[in-house]
Amino acid sequence: MLSSLGSAGGKSAKPSFVSYVTPEEIKSEKEPSRKEKHPDLLPGEVVFCSASTVLKYTQDDLSQRGVFGALLCTNFRVSFVSDEAPTEETGQLFKNKLYGENDIPLSCVDNIYGGYEDKKKLITGGLVKNKYPSKMIIHCKDLRVFQFSLSFSKEEDAKKIFQGIVHHCLEPKSLRCLFAFSYCENTSYPEVQRKKQTVMFDSVEDWIQDMKRTKGNCRVVSENSNFELSPKLPQFFIVPSNVSDEDLTKYQGKGLPMWCWSHHSGCALFKTASIPLVQEDNVPQTYMEKMLTAVAHNHLYSVKTEDLSDTLPAVQDILLSYNKFKQFFLIDNTTEFWMSDMKWFSSLDNCGWLDIIRQCLQKAVEVVECLEKENTNVLIMEEGGSDLCCVVSSLVQLMLDPYYRTLLGFQSLVQKEWVAGGHAFLDRSNHLHLKDKAESQSPVFLLFLECVWQLQQQHGPAFQFSETYLTVLSDSVHVPVFTTFLFNNDSHRDNILRAESPHTQRSPLNCPTVWDWSVQFDCKAQDLFTNPLYSEKPKQDTSVRKSYRPKHLRQLSLPSSAFKTPPKKGFFKDEADNLKKILGVKRLSRWMLSPSSESPQTSSSVREFYEAWQTKPLDYHGLLLPCLDGPSIRVWMQRYLRWIHDVQILGGGPVAMLSKVSEILGEVQELQRQLDRHGCTLTSNHKGARPRAKTASVIAARSSVRLSSSFPFVTSRNWLFKPAIPTSLLQSLMVTGMAGNLADREDDGGGPESLV
Amino acid sequence: MASASIPVYNSSNNPLENSSSHNDPAVTLDVPLGAIGRVEKMGGASSRGENSYGLDITCKDMRNLRFALKQEGHSRRDIFDILFKYAFPLSHGLLLFAYLSQEKFEENGWSVYKPMEEFRRQGLPNDKWRVTFINANYELCDTYPTILVVPFKATEEDLRKVCTFRSRGRIPVLSWIHRENQAVICRCSQPLVGMSGKRNKDDERYLDLIREANGTAKLTIYDARPSVNAVANKATGGGYEGDDAYQNAELVFLDIHNIHVMRESLKKLKDIVYPNVEESHWLSSLESTHWLEHIKLVISGAIQVADKISGGNSVVVHCSDGWDRTAQLTSLAMLMLDSHYRTLRGFQVLLEKEWISFGHKFANRIGHGDKNHADQDRSPIFVQFIDCVWQMTKQFPTAFEFNERLLVTILDHLFSCRFGTFLFNCESARDTNELRSKTVSLWSLVNSDLSFYQNPFYTPESNRVLYPVASMRHLELWVTYYIRWNPRIRQQQQSPVEQRYIELLALRDEYLKKLEELQLSDSSPNSSHLSNSSTPNATSPTQHITHLHTPF
Repeated sequence: MLSSLGSAGGKSAKPSFVSYVTPEEIKSEKEPSRKEKHPDLLPGEVVFCSASTVLKYTQDDLSQRGVFGALLCTNFRVSFVSDEAPTEETGQLFKNKLYGENDIPLSCVDNIYGGYEDKKKLITGGLVKNKYPSKMIIHCKDLRVFQFSLSFSKEEDAKKIFQGIVHHCLEPKSLRCLFAFSYCENTSYPEVQRKKQTVMFDSVEDWIQDMKRTKGNCRVVSENSNFELSPKLPQFFIVPSNVSDEDLTKYQGKGLPMWCWSHHSGCALFKTASIPLVQEDNVPQTYMEKMLTAVAHNHLYSVKTEDLSDTLPAVQDILLSYNKFKQFFLIDNTTEFWMSDMKWFSSLDNCGWLDIIRQCLQKAVEVVECLEKENTNVLIMEEGGSDLCCVVSSLVQLMLDPYYRTLLGFQSLVQKEWVAGGHAFLDRSNHLHLKDKAESQSPVFLLFLECVWQLQQQHGPAFQFSETYLTVLSDSVHVPVFTTFLFNNDSHRDNILRAESPHTQRSPLNCPTVWDWSVQFDCKAQDLFTNPLYSEKPKQDTSVRKSYRPKHLRQLSLPSSAFKTPPKKGFFKDEADNLKKILGVKRLSRWMLSPSSESPQTSSSVREFYEAWQTKPLDYHGLLLPCLDGPSIRVWMQRYLRWIHDVQILGGGPVAMLSKVSEILGEVQELQRQLDRHGCTLTSNHKGARPRAKTASVIAARSSVRLSSSFPFVTSRNWLFKPAIPTSLLQSLMVTGMAGNLADREDDGGGPESLV
Repeated sequence: MASASIPVYNSSNNPLENSSSHNDPAVTLDVPLGAIGRVEKMGGASSRGENSYGLDITCKDMRNLRFALKQEGHSRRDIFDILFKYAFPLSHGLLLFAYLSQEKFEENGWSVYKPMEEFRRQGLPNDKWRVTFINANYELCDTYPTILVVPFKATEEDLRKVCTFRSRGRIPVLSWIHRENQAVICRCSQPLVGMSGKRNKDDERYLDLIREANGTAKLTIYDARPSVNAVANKATGGGYEGDDAYQNAELVFLDIHNIHVMRESLKKLKDIVYPNVEESHWLSSLESTHWLEHIKLVISGAIQVADKISGGNSVVVHCSDGWDRTAQLTSLAMLMLDSHYRTLRGFQVLLEKEWISFGHKFANRIGHGDKNHADQDRSPIFVQFIDCVWQMTKQFPTAFEFNERLLVTILDHLFSCRFGTFLFNCESARDTNELRSKTVSLWSLVNSDLSFYQNPFYTPESNRVLYPVASMRHLELWVTYYIRWNPRIRQQQQSPVEQRYIELLALRDEYLKKLEELQLSDSSPNSSHLSNSSTPNATSPTQHITHLHTPF
């Protein structure tokens, strides 16, 4: 077999290729064909370079398989096309239409390593000067790990493909080079009808509708529809009704309170980009006070502010923490994996990622407490106003508003807070590898999805979308096709799409958004996005926002001595000091002081709030709070462990249970259809049990096949019936230094009694 | 004493006052006296400060209770004396509560396990393995059951000879046999090799008989201990099977630590979860207890045993005495290999067989009714095993017929002394104390209300070997057991998934019934088929909806 390889590749295996895969183990059934193989190219996709006889190998399973094939680099992806006939055995259920399991979209490449003999070196771009590595290891942003050996290819080809991949994945490029543009120019992408679709918040109507839905009464600003006010401001937005026209443009939108959501009591959540306060310049100070007053006027002259820059980690810290965290899952080989297993918990703790998640959730709970319990307006701010503000404001809305826990509601929320809200997706993902933007890269959106996952884990039945949906969404950020994640803000998007339009000035380039899921998945696969545990709120009591008297209104008549200005703390600054000046003492007497603002510790106040909420019966269509205790914040198993063979639970994992629920749900729906055919009107007296009409039972259809905990991302193909036995158990004897004398003792004192 | 939980704990009708219950409705605590590990007075007559005078009760089930009392008139003396006496009856010449209980159940749990029946289920005896009654009077080994299965070729005389070379006479006997490949799991205690490296031809030949029985090329001996400990055991006369003496065997150490290490580990775990869950650096604190690490080692040991058996190789498992780590390994491996043990009744058989009949020293490890709380013999080996089972049920939520409730119930009654099941160290002691005639079995309670302990997701799959993943990535702290006393851990009667599933099952049944009615009325010519309030026909015909498979 090996000789045939030699002839085909024109080059025999170099002795320097110290392979973990012995030639005998390489199972390549056929002689590699000379003909260049191509993947099915997408519209607008162009092959840059390719090499044949590349060995893709894994060290993750016990059999250590290698497959020969061609490695290509196109303007969309790095693609490996196996020489073996595709084993279309299962008709892969969860297939992405844009890229296959051996494809890596260029923006999804995280790091490239060169393998020299037994050393591994991080490639940072530029020309590789000395020796070309014989191996190439690619770590992906969706946590896949690919290992290619180039030592069987022609040296020329090997150089070319290596340099090509490095160039196209790591070198700075212009936005126009992203695949979306050539893709969209070459696809007649049908305009989907907007009805029953995600609210995009790209029209003034969308904003008006959302404010009406939450019964807010703020001012809708549409004057920026052509970015006349400022390119930094969103096209449409909502501000407190007291904000005047000239206030809108004062600091290019900085300091301007942007409405996020109104609570049924009337108070609302606002966010803003903070104004850097220059000393001896009173103007921004005065402006800020004016804006605070405007927010306070929204409801009961109350406002609490929170500068998230002070209390949550900076975006750079988020990146640092995530970079440490992800390394636990980018596993090159089994030994490495098991070596790290014993120190898993403390490593996890030390990287701080879970703690950042906890902090964000906790901050959101604090805001929820202000809105729900104290009914005060809240203004959150940070520099820029579009990172942690987006995280916290979206989390608050998820906890308070069941609409956002539906699939379309969630997508609308992302549109509202992140896309229209001006989260700099392009800079944060640094798809373009610009050196000057390296600083601004940070997985803030992923952090948000992580928090959502925590909520969803704790309160499964409250969410219409599934864990798989969140995982796929987190992957889609790195597929450079969707307008959703390619721009920094509204005007950026508008400019680029207009400039790229092949037609007239009036119609911008028509690109899909990530919410057009049919671009990536067929209907059957999309069914996995819905959560079989979710049941719609029963129709009879649709009044989600019941009229409800906040308890503290009674306190309005309390003597004014009760209203001391609270001491300033690191959290929720009561703006009483400022407001005293502005509103005067008379009005200040209406200023509410919550009991919690006097407690010395935020976390204890949050805990009380949580405990009070917990004693009430759980309503999945009402307020949801996360438990923040140590054991409750967990690792997003599906996202992070799906590709690691050794931790796949064959025939187990939560999917084993969920598939049974799906199965029975499918049966119930089928029965329902039959009953409907009989014209029988069902008295849906089962509270919430009447399932959604469209949740199909895809998983159920596959119940004959055993699923693994990595479902649906890994199919049953690679199944080994060998259990993973932890290696390196011996190295990790943890008793050294700990209870050493105990470990040496006998179980039952003394020696065996029969010893005489 | 009419009930295991005596009413003195109710703050409403006794001099004890729960510290915070002045205005709150009376707090009722239900603590079986058997769960009490230690009762102590705290503070003295001159102690100052609120709640500084009272009682401190340490429980075996991960909680501590503190009662504050008024200092006037020695109010706690009586309650302390009574509590001390009845919580530790054996230390006061009294009977355990199980001997006083008059409970009656529909089922008799003592009939759950019949050794002969269980061996017959496994296809034993056969031409390679025979049943021996040599231990009928506990003369061969006083901590073994009366019925043993041994290699067919080994004579009674052989057994007696081997007996002298195994610690406490616990010779290798069969625990389980694979129906197809006839590979067996045998269990025993360590060989008495000692410092001089003694050999015993009979023992060597006996192990070779085990190997021969199914033609295994090399018998694998799993020594559950870390190798250093096995070596150290030579000093006290024990040891392990040397290469030169046992030529057809390979020895593998599984690195599981002893009872003392496990006891300290659980103690540390309690420190970080009770009364409050450690907030900062929870994961590091959890790691520093090593509890999950021990769980990992036990599970991965069992995986290795099960894997060997699946591959057709017979194994012998031992530790020092073969009643702690050995029981964990054999029973977990059997749980992985044999789906019968994953049923409600099968699991009871597994416990009765591998733990109770083979002499796990429950009395010493738990210290039933014994006041000596610092006894070095105590250790949560069985708790650790149940935790391993729980980890497996977490990883395979459809593979077990029983639910988490059964596991918690078992652990509760491991301490409670309400049932005879977990009392005494071995069968001979149980016989002496007429346990089965004088006490009630825990399985009487369980089997009288089976549905309460059933897992609705259970999907029987016989012949399926379960390999859990013994990685820290998948092991988790059993919060609903260890932290169940924490009010912030939401105690759900049912998991939301379970709840939803049961709801849907009910809905399906309702729709099926309706559909049946409708089709019935369709077929009868004169009925108006739109009425859905028609009374259900009591004798419904066997109406089949063919495309629906209804496995329930």
